[in-house]
Amino acid sequence: MLLRHTPKEIKERSALTVNPAKTCQPVGAMYAALGVHKCLPHSHGSQGCCAYHRSALTRHYKEPVMAGTSSFTEGASVFGGQANLLEAINNIFTIYNPDVIAVHTTCLSETIGDDLTQITNKAKEEGKVPDGKYVIKANTPSYVGSHVTGFANMVKGIVDAFPVNTGHKTNTINIIPGYVEPSDMSEIKRIASEMGIKTIVFPDTSNVLNGPQTGKYDMYPSGGTKIPDLIKAGDSKATIALGPIASGPAAKALDTKCKVPCEILKLPIGIKATDEFVDRLRILGGVSVSEEIKTERGQAVDVITDMQQYFAGKKAALIGDPDQMVSLAGFLTDIGMKVRHVVTGTSGKKFEKRIREAAGEDVNVKEGGDYFYFHQLIKNEKVDLILGNSYSKYISRDEDIPLIRFGFPIYDRVGHQYNPCVGYRGAMRLLENILNALLDRQDRDALEEKFELVM
Amino acid sequence: MEKKPELKPEEAAMELVACFPAKVARKRSKQIVINEVGPEEQVPEVMANVRTIPGIITMRGCSYAGCKGVVLGPTRDILQITHGPIGCGFYSWATRRNQTRPATGEDTNFMPYALSTDMQEEQIIFGGEKKLKKAIEEAIALFNPKAIGIFSTCPVGLIGDDVHSVAREMEAKYPGINIFGFSCEGYKGVSQSAGHHVANNKVFTDVVGLIDEPKEGKYKVNLLGEYNIGGDAFEIERIFEKAGLTLHSSFSGNSVYEEFASAHTADLNVVMCHRSINYLAEMMEKKYGIPWFKVNFIGAEASAKSLRKIAEYYGDKELMDKVEEVIAEEMKEVARVRDDVASRCAGKTAMMFVGGSRAHHYQDIFKEIGMKTIAAGYEFAHRDDYEGRKVIPSIKVDADSRNIEELKVTADPEKYRDRLTEADRKRLGDEFKFKNYEGMMPDMDPKTLVIDDLNHHEMEVLIEKFHPDIFCAGVKEKYVVQKYGIPMKQLHSYDYGGPYAGFQGAINFYRDIDKMINTKVWSLVKAPWDDSPELTATYACDQAV
Ligand code: SF4
Ligand code: SF4
Repeated sequence: MLLRHTPKEIKERSALTVNPAKTCQPVGAMYAALGVHKCLPHSHGSQGCCAYHRSALTRHYKEPVMAGTSSFTEGASVFGGQANLLEAINNIFTIYNPDVIAVHTTCLSETIGDDLTQITNKAKEEGKVPDGKYVIKANTPSYVGSHVTGFANMVKGIVDAFPVNTGHKTNTINIIPGYVEPSDMSEIKRIASEMGIKTIVFPDTSNVLNGPQTGKYDMYPSGGTKIPDLIKAGDSKATIALGPIASGPAAKALDTKCKVPCEILKLPIGIKATDEFVDRLRILGGVSVSEEIKTERGQAVDVITDMQQYFAGKKAALIGDPDQMVSLAGFLTDIGMKVRHVVTGTSGKKFEKRIREAAGEDVNVKEGGDYFYFHQLIKNEKVDLILGNSYSKYISRDEDIPLIRFGFPIYDRVGHQYNPCVGYRGAMRLLENILNALLDRQDRDALEEKFELVM
Repeated sequence: MEKKPELKPEEAAMELVACFPAKVARKRSKQIVINEVGPEEQVPEVMANVRTIPGIITMRGCSYAGCKGVVLGPTRDILQITHGPIGCGFYSWATRRNQTRPATGEDTNFMPYALSTDMQEEQIIFGGEKKLKKAIEEAIALFNPKAIGIFSTCPVGLIGDDVHSVAREMEAKYPGINIFGFSCEGYKGVSQSAGHHVANNKVFTDVVGLIDEPKEGKYKVNLLGEYNIGGDAFEIERIFEKAGLTLHSSFSGNSVYEEFASAHTADLNVVMCHRSINYLAEMMEKKYGIPWFKVNFIGAEASAKSLRKIAEYYGDKELMDKVEEVIAEEMKEVARVRDDVASRCAGKTAMMFVGGSRAHHYQDIFKEIGMKTIAAGYEFAHRDDYEGRKVIPSIKVDADSRNIEELKVTADPEKYRDRLTEADRKRLGDEFKFKNYEGMMPDMDPKTLVIDDLNHHEMEVLIEKFHPDIFCAGVKEKYVVQKYGIPMKQLHSYDYGGPYAGFQGAINFYRDIDKMINTKVWSLVKAPWDDSPELTATYACDQAV
């Protein structure tokens, strides 16, 4: 037993987190910033945070993840980090020549109260920001929220910096894809373009964090939302924000700033959530759903109808980020599974209500929970399947329950970078993974006389 | 990537800093030297252990990582609580590959657990000590540990939470549990190195010396600076056992609290990673009289040399014979694999930029298969790790080092015991080099590049100019190097291979390097159409018409 010290009996804890199901804001901010073309994220604090965040993203994506740091030592912590950030901005533009530096704070610079607006203005006044280049920013104190909040804050930082309302509305629709994988962002783009809709998708980490091997290293890969597009986002006729927690704040800020009305939808994971997304796209874009998309939908539903006996009544436990958990719980319920336990590390009052709406009243839900508690729930009521990040593998092994890796971080498998979970194709991939896991288990446990060739 | 013509190191050193702003270039130039070894093993001075320049994409981490992640992390039965916001605790959770092997399935093993106070805004404003105390109580109720370490993160120091007084208070409340705190806030010092020092100090003052019963065994050795990445310590333990040595405790790979607490009863300390643990070796010598010397178990030759040195220390004929027997036996398989691998790897070049000892140790093992290191450096070393301990008196103490406490240590009136007789000292002579580390540079070829705190830009230049056959660094560098079509070996995590220490480890390493360098994969990078992108040929079917 790897987690031999985890007892079945659940005791109330108010101060101690054991095996967290979330991490801190800056890593989300760094990820979001990488979705802007030729942008170098910058961590304003001591270099350890930046090293940790780069390592976490690198391990998850198996791709280079570049970011600068203000490299605070004790002096900066006492006297403030202004000098460090000014020097950093100058060095970064001189040495790495990005188009944008996206600065986020850490708990350190937040605690000492460094004012990013004032410092970045000063950098401009002192001529440290070359013409045509940008420094954007987000406050990401790690003692508030989680990596999801940090992602949301940096996407809002992008909105604060770029979009301009010129008064000439275009036919374009902005899509904020949420805290999802590069593969998901590109799938969202594909669905919209398949339907003939002009979109600006931001952030967009596809072709940044799932780049090809070409024999050449390029510090700024071809992907990422281009700055002219980000500026034009202010003239778009509408914004669709996927996932209220990760994308909501930016969408609302864009509405306030440039009068681009927004609709906040669920992350399009599963049939119904994707239906909702596609349908809103259709209506906003004034188009009809393309044959291709209809076929994809039909195929995904076909798999469910063909194989529903294997899903029916199977119990699942999920752990991960709130926007993802809500859609995933809904999808699993739709295919006939029983969602028994849902835990998110991120705090949020509406979470419990949304999960119950998706999966029924009788489900154990916790916001602001951790892996230790999640494991205890499973010890108290066994499930057939766990969906969670790589840290779930300890529980999966101890309790002998199949695991489908989902969410962040996934350190020990590949595929998530390249294959989507969103849209009908993503639903198909999830179905395949779930079925394989359940059928493999059935095969493994089958008596010899019950071992079936055709399933 | 095409092989570039031979580049002179002088030119390279200039090119590395060419695009930097003048002030940055001036500073970096002092951290980049071309090696030269004089008659008394004098080497050029290299600037090290200085601040990283803001904005530079650095390989370094922080003090907390050095303290909690490196030194204490691999101990399985000290319950470790990170006091801070959630991130630090999360990132240091199970990502360093320290392996541990409890004797039974019921034995304590806290290593798969990450505990944090997950500080919220409220604690940042009003202080977090109350929450920390509550967290300790909850942790005791759940895990019933014999010892608890509390690790401070950046905001803890800033808001003035006193983890040491909390530790004292909680210890008084729970007698029998040893509770201690580490002031390893991330901003302390200039790198992980500060955290190693903080960890050494606390383990020394609060744990070592508490239990006076030694382990059974004739020759009791503590192994310092070995963290059991990929099972390295298991392999060293196997060799020790075979040779009749008792591995009393290893700091801190595969370790338990009791072994730390009784470490002062051993006869000898041998040091692997000099940077991360030399403080503890020094302090144990002063207080308890345990001599120390530097060893290296990376590479078969190095392992043999280290074993012989330990046997020589004891001066026992029986032990020396046994050691020779073990070496001879182990070397048979080593030599077979080594020669086979060398036939494909000899003459190839390597670069390595890691940690604070590995960039030295791994040069030996590459040499065994005929590979040459053309550039190397450390992430967080001090000058002595490059130039040797003889330069310590001339190292200037700056503000960043001054804030790490130097303990005043004196001989313990009861527990000090001189391990060496006058006769022993005579027998071993000056040659034996107690308390010495010659540093990496004397072992490197003249005209090779030594670069402290290498950064991303310089790494790109090195790769483009020299095109090494293999590059060694950490995970943040891995995929950059590989995009260039060059194999990259992670020497922190071993890319999930290992062990690489000792004789079996050497065999594993030779084979892994062979596989990496000689894989066909790199030949796939280029597509058939890359060479002639223009369509000029006519198709056979066209001609047939
Ligand atoms: S919690 Fe704070 S100190 Fe820790 S890694 Fe995150 S930003 Fe850095
Ligand atoms: S060997 Fe390297 S990785 Fe290990 S502690 Fe020393 S410096 Fe760090």
